[in-house]
Formats: sequence, structure tokens, C-alpha cells
Amino acid sequence: MKTLEEIIKFCEDVSFDLNFSHAKKWKEAEKGRVLVGYMPIYFPREIIHAAGGMAVGVFGGGDRKQIIKGDAYYQSYICHIPRSIMELALDKHMAHFDGFIFPSICDVIRNLSGIFKQHKIGKFVKYMDFPQNFLPQIGGVFYQQEMEHVLKYIKEINGVEITTEKLNHSIELYNINRRLIETIYKIRQDYPWRISIVDVYHIIRAGTVITVEEHNDILTQVCEYIKQDIGVPQDKIKIVISGAFCEQPAVGLIKAIEEAGCYVVDDDYMLGSRMILGDIDSKSNKPLEAISNSYIKQSQYSSSIYDVNDPKEFRLAKIVKDRGANGVVFAAASFCDPSLLDAPIFQNAFNKLGIRYIAFQFSENINQFKVIKEQVGAFSDSIKLWEDEPVTANS
Amino acid sequence: MSQEAQKERSMILQKEMTEGLFNDLGKAKETGKKVCYTFVPGNLSELIRTFDMLPVYPEINALQSAMRKKSASYIKEAERHAHSEDVCTYVKCDVGMMMKGNIGPTGEKIPEPDILLLSYTGCFTFLKWFETLKREYPNAKVIMVHTPYQENAKITPEMTEYMVKQFKEEVIPQMEAVTGIKYDEEKLKKILALSKEAEDLITKIFDTTKHKPSPIDAYFAGVYYIGPINIGFRGTQQAVDYYKELYKEIQERVRLGLGPITPEGEMKEEKYRLVVEGPPNWTSFREFWKIFYDMGAVIVASSYTKVGGVYDMGWRHDPSRPLESLSEYCMNCYTNLNIPQRIDLLSKCITDYAADGYVTNSIKSCNSFSAGQLGMMREIEDRLEVPVGFIESDLVDPRYFSYSNIKNRLESYFQMLEQRKIIHEKESV
Repeated sequence: MKTLEEIIKFCEDVSFDLNFSHAKKWKEAEKGRVLVGYMPIYFPREIIHAAGGMAVGVFGGGDRKQIIKGDAYYQSYICHIPRSIMELALDKHMAHFDGFIFPSICDVIRNLSGIFKQHKIGKFVKYMDFPQNFLPQIGGVFYQQEMEHVLKYIKEINGVEITTEKLNHSIELYNINRRLIETIYKIRQDYPWRISIVDVYHIIRAGTVITVEEHNDILTQVCEYIKQDIGVPQDKIKIVISGAFCEQPAVGLIKAIEEAGCYVVDDDYMLGSRMILGDIDSKSNKPLEAISNSYIKQSQYSSSIYDVNDPKEFRLAKIVKDRGANGVVFAAASFCDPSLLDAPIFQNAFNKLGIRYIAFQFSENINQFKVIKEQVGAFSDSIKLWEDEPVTANS
Repeated sequence: MSQEAQKERSMILQKEMTEGLFNDLGKAKETGKKVCYTFVPGNLSELIRTFDMLPVYPEINALQSAMRKKSASYIKEAERHAHSEDVCTYVKCDVGMMMKGNIGPTGEKIPEPDILLLSYTGCFTFLKWFETLKREYPNAKVIMVHTPYQENAKITPEMTEYMVKQFKEEVIPQMEAVTGIKYDEEKLKKILALSKEAEDLITKIFDTTKHKPSPIDAYFAGVYYIGPINIGFRGTQQAVDYYKELYKEIQERVRLGLGPITPEGEMKEEKYRLVVEGPPNWTSFREFWKIFYDMGAVIVASSYTKVGGVYDMGWRHDPSRPLESLSEYCMNCYTNLNIPQRIDLLSKCITDYAADGYVTNSIKSCNSFSAGQLGMMREIEDRLEVPVGFIESDLVDPRYFSYSNIKNRLESYFQMLEQRKIIHEKESV
């Protein structure tokens, strides 16, 4: 068994290997394996796994890739992630990928799928239109057709026909994955000093670029380590991070928030890996329907899912309450329409509910965090000095 | 140019139609008519009319506020309430207008919505916009219609089926419940027949730019021409009459060999023919237009006039397939087309209308249009060897309209076009 430090080091290395070498090696090890890159937020990776492939998360170049070509595709007032994804594509970092999935998040990612088509990058490019109708017989059926469309592309490449058994097996592997991730968050909710949020971030992000089997082994070992009484508690408030679900903040920023006096007890950094709440039925004779139902009935809230029948502000308030958090840090990527358009909804509601919050914007490539650190530090101090108990939000 | 703005009969007809709609809206509570807020792209005017509702288009209110120089204060009001500086200014203008009493362009209060009909077509922000409005109008019924994106440059039977099911099982039953009116498919079919007639006419109108000189400006005047078909009159005899009258007037201009009418009268010399991609700026609309007509530039086609429906590729509403037809309409709107489709469509416009150049007006707060425009521009330049120009402005936020920057860029662009013309003339001698 590796040490926790060794595991974290491995996760950090694979997460930020912009050549996706681990996935490339996996593909080369056996004929018929395919790699499918997917953009944030969520994609049902189970179906790629069942078809003999690996879904690989493409979250941009962060602060580790200089943008030269990508800037030629985007005006200054468009967020950073599409330009860094273009840079990665044009510099052939993803040349070994067979196809690309662009989940419906926003207009920018949607149009990026068109630019990939224009440049004929990969053997297929699929804009995955997630349903905004939440009736299983309407939106659910449409979503199944979208998944079948992806599977058709993969079959054209490797000839693999998925079976109910294969799909149920893949669903179960990802159920285990989600359960283990949730275990980590549950432990951190009470003992956040046992493992830092930046380490958790690396561990979960690694799961988007390695096989689910490997990731489940890693998560199992991490859970074993953090079930033990390790680390030293510090005088910090507990917060939830919201708004950073697509373009990822630089690791330095994730660190800076915790160093500024906050334990991050929940976040939406790697939302896709945690999008489905609970298990997906892995014994169904209609597994695609089971995946579809899970999205429709048991998704986490997100800025990209139409929420009128299940308002997001109350769902976030419930997370704050359940995690015993003292407040929320809204961290939106600059020019991120979904996140920024949600800001007034959250903030108006939280003013009424009495939940403390601060808000700032970031870009994946910024590496100066002094101002944000001071802002978060002041937020932490104000809660530590003026409030005795965590807020109890009533949803 | 003559300094007198010319009012033709079609302009008077359009003014009467718009005023009539706002008068009806002002009396909606007295007359008991239900009010339906909805959006231009993928607007379901025919269905709204089938249920005798009155439409309100928040983005039209926003652009009219901008033309009346009111948008700046509305946007500031929204920004005071946590709306970011960097998001769609239509949303902020609308929210700010609501916060300041929801007084519409005619000075009358716009009634609150009974229905928020979210035809989620080609613009993700629409979804966020109505999530915001729902919280402001808790009593309104929100009806969502998810329009699948033409990601693969085609409409599949599954996509149409998905939309039809939404109409049958969600949209229509909820409209029946709110209005108390039973769905009448025969009535819808009659309305759709009139829609088709208006669509035939507007296609002929925009096709007149093939003439030299072009009798119309298909962008700056075009935004007025698309008014009736986009803001709730599609499917009415009024719209058909308006477009017949407009077409008659334009044919007369063609017969006389006249150029487009501008706010300062008739444009005398057509020097450059352009295709424009992107919405116009509304806060300085007249100044913006003037830069073009002062230089003798006429817009012979634009993507913006296709935002409420793409009719020039032959598609029409079909009364024999009412709900399928409404679905296809939504999926065919310009911003629901993928990037290669947009490139093909604009390339066709440049070729068909013998354009000398292609200009992108990149709008800061409209990612639905703007994301991808730079790549489109390069591809069009490579494919057709046509000179391209690029300017930046915003929809309704006056802080992002820099007159001198835009004028400088366009003047340089027109100089380039002029030099190119001289070279071509020399080569052809």
C-alpha cells in the first residue's frame, strides 16, 4: 500500500499532465480501446466504459499552459477555458483522443463544439444536449437517444456493441466511485484537517483521467487513511464553495482559500464526478433508462440545469446546513454566464436566509491570489469574531 | 442626401401595429387577456395567438429602451442588485426596467406575465433570464420548451418528436389551464397558413438586395422589417398586408433604380456591398448606421435578421403538420445552427448577393453570437477571399459603444475595400 503522500503525488501528477499520458498508455495497451474527451460539467462516463473506452476529462490548461493560438479564437470578453482547450487541441495534446463530447453547459462550450467540427478535430465531435425537460417519457427518452448517438460513434471506431451486463457492470463501478467520494466529503465535514481540500481536489480530478477501476482503488486507500485520527485541527471556519463548476481555479487559489482561514467542506470544483446523488440502478434490464432517470431525478443542482421546479438557492442552503458550514464563497470564473447569472438569485435568497457569503471572480490562469486571500481572510475573521454558531438555514 | 426622414406607408402600418399591441397590453387586465412573456428566437407566436394571449418580448423592450436612451439607468439598477457587469445586457436592462416600475416603451406599464414561455432556442441565457423572472413573478406559470441544438447540422426525427411531445404533454395543457381556452388545432392551422404567406413575402423582400443598387439595407433597415414577423404578428392578416405593402414599395424602388432609404433620406451612391454578422448596437443605432451610409456602404444580408427564423433556405411553417412545423421553426433559428452551418449560410449570402466584404459586429454580452465569430471570419476569408472587418460593441450598454474606435476601424476597412476595387479594375482592363 502506498502512503497517502505518494497517492496524492500520483494524483497531482496525472491530473495536470496536459499530454494525458496515463490515458494514452492505457489506450495503447490493448487494441480496440478508445479515448473520449469530455468537457465540463457532467457526462455519463459509464457508457464509454461499457463500450471499451475511457472518458477523459478536459478541463483546460489552467495556469500550466501558455495561450497563444487559443486567444485568436476568442474575444477578450469570453471566459478562459475555451481558449485553453483550443490551445491544447491545436498543440496536439489530445491527438490520441478518438472523439470529443461537449455537454450542454452554456453558449460558449456549445459553440466550441462547432469550432472543433470546423477544424475536424477527432473522429467525432458530439454536442451532448442534456434534456431540460424532466419527464422521463419526454426528456428522459431524448437523453437516451443522445447516449445512443455517442455509442454509435464509438461502435463505428471499435465495433463494440454494448450489452446490458456490461453497462450494469460499468454503472456499479461508478456507483462505488461516487460512494467513495462522498465518504471523503462526509469525513471532511467533521474532520476537515485530516486532508486538505487541495489534496481532495487532486484525488478527485485524477479520477477524470485514469480508469474508474484504478480510481476506486485510490479512493478506497484514501478513505482508509482519513478514517484514522490524523492531522491537527485549526481555528478555521467551515465554508462551501459555489460557482467554479466549469473553468477550474488554479490550484494556488484553492490552496489560498483554505490558508486564509477556511475549511472547505463542500465545493463544486469537480461537480461532474459528483453530479448524480446516490446510486444508479445497476440491475436494470434497461440501463440507459436507469442512467437517464438518475440525471432527471437525482442530479445535484447546477447553473446549467433549468431549476424552476427545484430552486437551486434552497438546495445550496441545504448543503450549507447539512455540512454545518458557516458561509459560502461564490467563486465564479470571469465571464462565466451561467455562474454570474445565478449570483443575484443566490445572493438575494441568502440575504433573506441569513447565510453569510462573499463573492469574487477568477480566471484559470491567474496566479496572484493576495487580494482574494485577504478578502477570504476578512470573511473568516468576521465570522469567527462575531458569530458563535454556524447558521441554520431553513430550506 | 435629403435631410428629411421619409415615412412610407409600410412604416405607418408597422407603427400602428406596434402601438395597437402596446395598447392591448395596457388594457389586458380589463379585457381579461392573458399575457405571455417570451423570446424572439423560437417564438411561438402562432400558439400564443391560438390561445388569444398577448405577447411581451423582454429583449424587444430592452432594445427599445436602449434606442430611447433609458437602458443605462436600468442596467445600473440591476448591477446594484448583484447582476454582474459581464453578463447579457438585455437581461440587466429588463430586470432594471422591472425594478423601476416596468414602464414600457410607450410610457404605459407593461402588465405582469400570466405565462413565462421559455422557448429555449439557441441562447442559454434565456434559461437563466426566466429563472430570474420566475423569482420576481412567483404567480406566473413558467412553461419550458427545450429546443434541441442542430449540433450535427440537421434536424433528426427524434429531435422533432422530442419537441412535439413537449407541446402535446406540457405546453398546450398548461396554456389551456392558464387561459381556460381549449386547444383548437384548426385555428392554429389557419394562423400557420398566414405565417407561411408572411414568410414568403419577407424572403422576397430580403432577396431584392440582389439588385444593384440594393433597394434596401438588410441590416439597419432590416431590423425594422423583421419587427412584425418577430414580435407576435406572424400568423396575422396584418403582417401579410404589411409585407405586401413593403414589398410593393421596394419593387418600386427597384424599378426606379433607387438605393436604400436611410434616416437622412435616400442613399445616392452604393459603393460597397457588405454582409454583416452579429446583432447591431442599439444605444447608438443611428450613429452606427450613419458610419456605413456616409461611406456608401449598404448591407445586403445579415445574420441578425435571421435570428427569429431562417426562411431563405426554403423552410416555411406548414399548416398540414402544425406541431412538427412549430418544432422545426424553433430548431431552424440562426443561433440554433452550429458554427459550420453559420459559415455556410453567410458564405452563401456573400456569393448570392455579390458582397464586397464581410463585417463582424462582435457583441460583448452575447456569447450565443460572439463565441466562434473569429474562427468563422477567418474561414469565410479563406474560402471566398473576401475582405473581412471586425468591430466590437454591445447590445444595450452604452458603456461599450466607442464611436471613435468603431469609426476608425470601419474607415480603415473601407479604405481597404476601395484599394481592392482599384486593383480589380486595373486587372480587368
